[in-house]
Amino acid sequence: MTGTYLGMPAFPAVPDLPAFPAAAREAVRDEVLRANLRHATHTIRDKRARAVAELADWDRLRAAGKAVKDHTLRHLDRYLLQLEEAVTAAGGTVHWAADADEANRIVTELVRATGEREVVKVKSMATQEIGLNEALEAAGIAAYETDLAELIVQLGHDRPSHILVPAIHRNRAEIRDVFRAEMAGWGRPAPEPLGDDPRELAEAARLHLREKFLRAKVAVSGANFMVAETGTMVVLESEGNGRMCLTLPETLISVVGIEKVVPTFRDLEIFLQTLPRSSTAERMNPYTTMWTGLGPSRGADGDGPTAFHLVLLDNGRTDTLADETGRQALRCIRCSACLNVCPVYERAGGHAYGSVYPGPIGAILSPQLRGTRSAIDASLPYASTLCGACYEVCPVAIDIPEVLVHLRERVAQGGPVTRAGVRVTLRPADGHTAERAAMRAARLLLDHPGALRAGERLLARARRLAPRRLPGAGRAWTDSRELPTVAAQSFRDWWDRERSNPR
Amino acid sequence: MSSKDRILGRIRRALRDDAPAVAIPRDYLPVHGARTPAERVDLLAAHLAEYRALVHRTDEEALPALLARLLGARGARSVLVPTGLPPHWLPAGGPTRVPDRAASTPYELDRVDSVVTGCALAIAETGTIVLDAGPGQGRRRITLIPDHHICVVRVPDQVVDSVPQALPLLDPARPLTWISGPSATSDIELDRVEGVHGPRTLEVVLVGTQ
Repeated sequence: MTGTYLGMPAFPAVPDLPAFPAAAREAVRDEVLRANLRHATHTIRDKRARAVAELADWDRLRAAGKAVKDHTLRHLDRYLLQLEEAVTAAGGTVHWAADADEANRIVTELVRATGEREVVKVKSMATQEIGLNEALEAAGIAAYETDLAELIVQLGHDRPSHILVPAIHRNRAEIRDVFRAEMAGWGRPAPEPLGDDPRELAEAARLHLREKFLRAKVAVSGANFMVAETGTMVVLESEGNGRMCLTLPETLISVVGIEKVVPTFRDLEIFLQTLPRSSTAERMNPYTTMWTGLGPSRGADGDGPTAFHLVLLDNGRTDTLADETGRQALRCIRCSACLNVCPVYERAGGHAYGSVYPGPIGAILSPQLRGTRSAIDASLPYASTLCGACYEVCPVAIDIPEVLVHLRERVAQGGPVTRAGVRVTLRPADGHTAERAAMRAARLLLDHPGALRAGERLLARARRLAPRRLPGAGRAWTDSRELPTVAAQSFRDWWDRERSNPR
Repeated sequence: MSSKDRILGRIRRALRDDAPAVAIPRDYLPVHGARTPAERVDLLAAHLAEYRALVHRTDEEALPALLARLLGARGARSVLVPTGLPPHWLPAGGPTRVPDRAASTPYELDRVDSVVTGCALAIAETGTIVLDAGPGQGRRRITLIPDHHICVVRVPDQVVDSVPQALPLLDPARPLTWISGPSATSDIELDRVEGVHGPRTLEVVLVGTQ
C-alpha cells in the first residue's frame, strides 16, 4: 500500500469557502453535472411520491415523527442520561464529546488502544462533519469508507454532494475512471478490463472492499437512531457494508449526534416506515441492524464485537437547541427528500453548500452548527427560493423556509445567539449594508403615509423617466432582469377616482 | 468540568424557554388494510419478489427436497447450518454441512457457498424478514458473508402485516437483522444493482400446509 493520503478534505468549523453564489456559479455552468443531478433528483422524487402514496396515514406518521422528535428535544438531557445508563448496562461504554476536536481525540485514542492501524467505516455524516478521517490520518491510522458512494468519493479525492447518494454528481464513466486510476493505490486493484456498467462497478467495489472487511479489527459507524429506553442502536443501509462493519470487527466505535436519540423502542415504528420511503423510495431498505450494547452474551459467543463504544457528539447541536425557531432542524432524520425536490439544489449541486449537509436542510443546519461567521455560512440562508417544496416532503415536518427567513434576519440584523454554550450578540454580517439601508428607507416611507403618497404620485407622473436598469448595487440584479414598468397612475389615485365616481 | 456536564448544562440552559410540552399523537394506522392470513402471505411473497428475492412455497414434508434442489441448482458444495436448525430440513448426502461456530474466522465463512436459516418473523407490508440470532438463525455474520442465503419462513404464523405489529414481538436485547431483499445499491446513477457486500441471492421459502 502506498502512503498516499486518499481521504476527503475536512470540513473545518469555520470553513474558508466562497459564499454560495460564487460556489454555485461554476456548478450551474457544468452541463454534465446538471444532467447527472437532474436525472437523479427527478428519478428519486417520482419514486418517492409513489412509495409515500401507498400509506394512507402518511400525514399522521409525519405528525407523530415530528412530535416524537420535538418531545425528545424538550427533554434531551433526561433521554441522553437514560440512553447512557442503558448502553452501559448492556456492556457498552459511553463517551461525551463537546466538539469535533474532542470527538476526534476520543476515537483516535480508542483505535490506538487496540493497536490497530486501520479502521473500516460505514457511512456516518457525523464523522465527516468533524473531519475524523483526517484526524485518524494524522495519527497514522487509515480509515476506509465502505459505502459504495463514499468509496467513490474517497478514491476520487472528492467531497460528498448528497446525503443519501454522496456521489450523485458522478456518472458511470467518471466512476470507472476513478476506480481504474485509484483502487490499486489503496488495496486490491480494479479488475481489468473494467466497463462502466453499474453491475461491473459494484462488483469491483465488492472485491476491493471484501479483503478489508474480512481482516478489519476496528469499525467506526454512525447511527440513524438510538433508543433511550433500551440502549438500542439502529443503522439502516442497503449494501451490507453496514452489517460488515457492525458485526465482524472486534471493536465498534459509533459516533452519533445527540439529536439522534428517541425515547422508546416503539417509536421506531414511525421512523422505520417514514425514513426508507422518504429517502430511497423503498418500502424498506435491504438491511437494518439493531444492537444493544454487546448483546445478551456480551459478545462472548462470537456474535458481534467484544467492545462497543458510543461517542455522543454535541459540536453545535446544543447551540442549535438554544434557538427556539432554529432548533427544529435537529428533528432531521437525514432522508434527503428535501434535496431532491429543491430547484436550487438541482442546479447548484451539493458542493456549493460547503458542508457535509447540502441542500435545503444543509442551508439551515450548517449555519446553526457552525455559526454564521464565514462567508459560506452567512450566504447559506439565501441559497433558496423559499418555494416551500422542502417543507412539503419533510417526513418530520421541518419548516425549512421559516428557519431560512429566521437565519436571514440573523445574518442581516445580528442579534443574540448561543455559540459553544455561551450567549453572544452577533453584529450584522458584512455585505448587507445596502440591503439594510434600503430597508430603513422603506420603513421611513411606510411609516409616513403622506410621503409615500407623494412619492407614488411622483413616480407615476415621471414614469417615462423611470430607468430600465438600476444603478449602483442594484445593477447586478437588472443585468439579467427587467424592471417592472410603472403604472400610469398610482393605486391611490385610481382608488380615489373609482370611489368618487360611483357607477 | 467534564464534557458530559458541559453538554448537559448547555442543554438545560437551551431549554429555559417555556414552550409547551409535546404530546405524541399515535393515531397513525397499526396496519394498512384488512387481510386474511392467506392474503398476508401473498403480499409478503409479492413484496419480497419485487425487491428481487426468489420466493418458493412448499409444505413441511416437501421442504427437504426443495432445499436440496435449491442448493443443487446453485452448485453449492458447502452449506452453513445454525445450531438449532431442524436437522431433517437438510437431507443426508447434500453439500458439506459447516456448523455455525464462534471460532470460525470470516475467511473460513467466505469459503462457504450457502447458508440456510429460519427467521424470527416476517413483515408483509414491507417485504421484510427479521432475524434475531435465535437457534435456527445463528450468528449475524453467517447470513452476511456467504453469497447465497435461503431463509425459511413458517406461514402464516410467522408473518405479521406491518412494522407496528412486528416491533412488540421482538426483543431489543437480542441482535436484530432486518432483511428486505438481497444486498443492493443504487449509488451509480440510481441504477439498482443487487449484491454488493451481502448475499447476492436471497431465496425465501414459505413453508405452510398446502
